[in-house]
Amino acid sequence: MEKVLLRNIGVEDSHTLAVYRSRGGYRAWDKILKEMSPDQVIEEVKASGLRGRGGAGFPTGMKWGFVPKDNPKPKYVVCNADESEPGTFKDRLLIEKDPHAVIEGTILAAYAVQSHTAFIYIRGEFSFGARVLQRAIDEAYQEGYLGKNILGSGYDLDLILHRGAGAYICGEETGLLSSLEGGKGWPKVKPPFPATHGLFGCPTVVNNVETLATVPWIIDQGAARHAALGTEKSKGTKLFSVSGHIRRPGVYEVEMGYPFKRFLEEDCGGVPNGRKLKGVIPGGASMPVLRGDEIEEVRMDYESFQAAGTLLGSGGVIVMDDSTCMVKAAWNIARFFAHESCGQCTPCREGCHWMEKIFRRIENGQGKKGDPDLILSISGNIQGNTICPFGDAAAWPAAAFIKKYREEFEEHIARERCVVT
Amino acid sequence: MALEFSPETLKRFEEIVSRYPKKEAALLPVLYLAQEDFGYLSSEAIEYVAKIMDVSPARVYGAVTFYTMLHMKPIGRYHLQVCRTLPCALMGAEKIIGFLKAKLGIDVGETTVDGRLTLSEVECLASCGTAPVVQINDDYYESLSEEKLEEILQSLK
Repeated sequence: MEKVLLRNIGVEDSHTLAVYRSRGGYRAWDKILKEMSPDQVIEEVKASGLRGRGGAGFPTGMKWGFVPKDNPKPKYVVCNADESEPGTFKDRLLIEKDPHAVIEGTILAAYAVQSHTAFIYIRGEFSFGARVLQRAIDEAYQEGYLGKNILGSGYDLDLILHRGAGAYICGEETGLLSSLEGGKGWPKVKPPFPATHGLFGCPTVVNNVETLATVPWIIDQGAARHAALGTEKSKGTKLFSVSGHIRRPGVYEVEMGYPFKRFLEEDCGGVPNGRKLKGVIPGGASMPVLRGDEIEEVRMDYESFQAAGTLLGSGGVIVMDDSTCMVKAAWNIARFFAHESCGQCTPCREGCHWMEKIFRRIENGQGKKGDPDLILSISGNIQGNTICPFGDAAAWPAAAFIKKYREEFEEHIARERCVVT
Repeated sequence: MALEFSPETLKRFEEIVSRYPKKEAALLPVLYLAQEDFGYLSSEAIEYVAKIMDVSPARVYGAVTFYTMLHMKPIGRYHLQVCRTLPCALMGAEKIIGFLKAKLGIDVGETTVDGRLTLSEVECLASCGTAPVVQINDDYYESLSEEKLEEILQSLK
């Protein structure tokens, strides 16, 4: 398969401008400045079928098209590099090894919506990545790809690297914008959407690192080439981060529609130590788990994962073998969400902690008979009742663990201990 | 003497603020600067930052208590932050934490009596393919084992 996103990974000094350019880097930016209008860029990205890789899968070109052209306010573009979804580490790879692809993608997005100030919001823990990115941004300024009157075109763009300070919720686009406005990262009610009312109430586009890193390739190689990859509705390739009980963990680039079982068994080497696959979360910890016997027909694209009762999400594949206690795994995820709830909406603020407490007492052998149903009830009362998708992200996995492994939960409660050996 | 930035730090402060389209957007980088300068963000530091940023102390306090990387109490010279989230947990994070607790003689959230090391549990560090992982100050140490940790601890001066 042709590599789109990992095309430069593994090449020596791939993080430098010289190597990036020697491999076709900034060719798209040159091309656009010479021959493409902002609208043409948007149309090209629409035609490519590219959808947001941060989790929601919203068509990227359409998102850009929502930015009003006649609004007199400044426009902003933000690259969301706040990668924090448990099981996901693909953006970190791109940031550290191919920072110029991220930067060029951000530049192209900014040009498409005619923004003159762009940000890369990187999670605070990525100090190394931030240093790599800042060096790359400095190089791009020196070469005239950023700054005033870029390559003599008359177009100006500044790119600011902004470090978060440790909060999962800032990966949610409106939480990110609140954080960038200088305060706690509380998400905002939508609508209005950031495209019209984003950063400081100005039109704003927020795109994930992987999404933006795909754009230079699309412009350089043409939308048709991207649209030819993948399935009818899920175009292109996608990065999957694979972790847990798997022989070859790591970041993989997969053409959309690839068989999931084959991916886990052949590409990733399967479950090690003679163990069996008990469950796998395909899209990061906020997505429903699939049982080991449910992956037979599943393919790796938005629609197929959805048909299987889960979602592609961020592509964070967490593999669990049959030595895993699903009560403990569910508790671990519930604890994550209880810790990360921003505290703004009551159902999430209270519900996440209730779910964590109930999972914990089952895990500690103090569960009560009705606890699995109590979790389902709390989960149901969080879903759809919060400002941002965090509520669903906390509620879905909790309910899925109960539904898929109910017997194990009930046995754990009845025997007052773990039943997995 | 009241807590304030040195002239050199003030220069860095001005430079940071000048990068942003609005001053208030610079709050996080300025808090990082204050934390670096003062060691941690005391109430006094928070009030000082509020003053130079032209925002209310409540807003700064809200931010400081919201983010895990901003500290209102002193922490050790080395901050050991062990990831505890599912992928790391599947690969033995609990053992790593147990080993460090025994080795350092402190519990999670505590600092050694000499003030050198603080032990924390943190959520996903996006290093799941090389779990388990600990972040020590700015650096990630991946694919940990007890032997590897032993070496890492010895390398911390």
